[in-house]
Amino acid sequence: MKAAVITFPGSNCDRDLAVAFERAGAKVTKVWHKDAELPRGLDIVGIPGGFSFGDYLRCGAIAARSPVMRSVADFVHAGGHAIGICNGFQVLTETGLLPGVLMRNAGLRFVCKTVRLRVETARSPFTNAWAKGDTAAVPVAHHDGNYTIDAEGLARLKGEDRIAFTYVENPNGATADIAGVLSENRRVLGMMPHPERAAEAAHGSTDGVALFRSLTAALATA
Amino acid sequence: MTMKARVHVMLKDGVLDPQGEAVKHALGTLGFRNVEAVRQGKVIELDLAATDKAAAEAEVKAMCEKLLANTVIEKYSVEVA
Repeated sequence: MKAAVITFPGSNCDRDLAVAFERAGAKVTKVWHKDAELPRGLDIVGIPGGFSFGDYLRCGAIAARSPVMRSVADFVHAGGHAIGICNGFQVLTETGLLPGVLMRNAGLRFVCKTVRLRVETARSPFTNAWAKGDTAAVPVAHHDGNYTIDAEGLARLKGEDRIAFTYVENPNGATADIAGVLSENRRVLGMMPHPERAAEAAHGSTDGVALFRSLTAALATA
Repeated sequence: MTMKARVHVMLKDGVLDPQGEAVKHALGTLGFRNVEAVRQGKVIELDLAATDKAAAEAEVKAMCEKLLANTVIEKYSVEVA
């Protein structure tokens, strides 16, 4: 599996994500936001957490219009895989690669704690190592994680089995407790919780490893 | 010639605005009892090298669609002078 991790000014989970990919057996290339082209032969692009461009205008809005994101959109439209975590999820909704939007937390507070996620579908390259209904302890750390989508969009996500994760206890007001969603072709995942921060014993939870193991299983042939 | 454009970005009607709700609550705490609703938005001012007002307005609207507003949840209005 060949992975690229993008770094924007203000990204702060890029290294953690790269390490989690590497431990799952991936060969990882770091890519700077001004790089107009992605490395050749990639299987997956990771868009990390952090505060790209200081969250100016809207979280992820400036990063979504950076040169490298045009290449990411081309890569995704050609069938490539992508994962956006936390700020990366915000970037993916701002580019329109995933539906909905991440609004300010309903309680207005920055939420930083380990939450319990429920796996809503095992039918994706990101969740195949779990069974539907499994739960996982994974940290969240965000101010704008309140996933919002209109009734029609929500019905579509449900009908197409595209809700990847929900919160067992909703920490931010997200519509239908949604913590992560899949693209129509199931190859793009956006999620607010940080599986890369639940990837080794020292983190306090290793429940996030299953996501990276799922990817290795799905993309190992490359 | 320079023209000034002012863009107002607001959450669409019906989208819950938790920040506006918090401001309303704080105003009530300060004794302002007549506040029935608060909506918080953004004002963005641009200086444009432009001569044609209609063309400038169209360009700023394109900027709103592409970057300045997220039209999933936000609406915008443009004034050019």
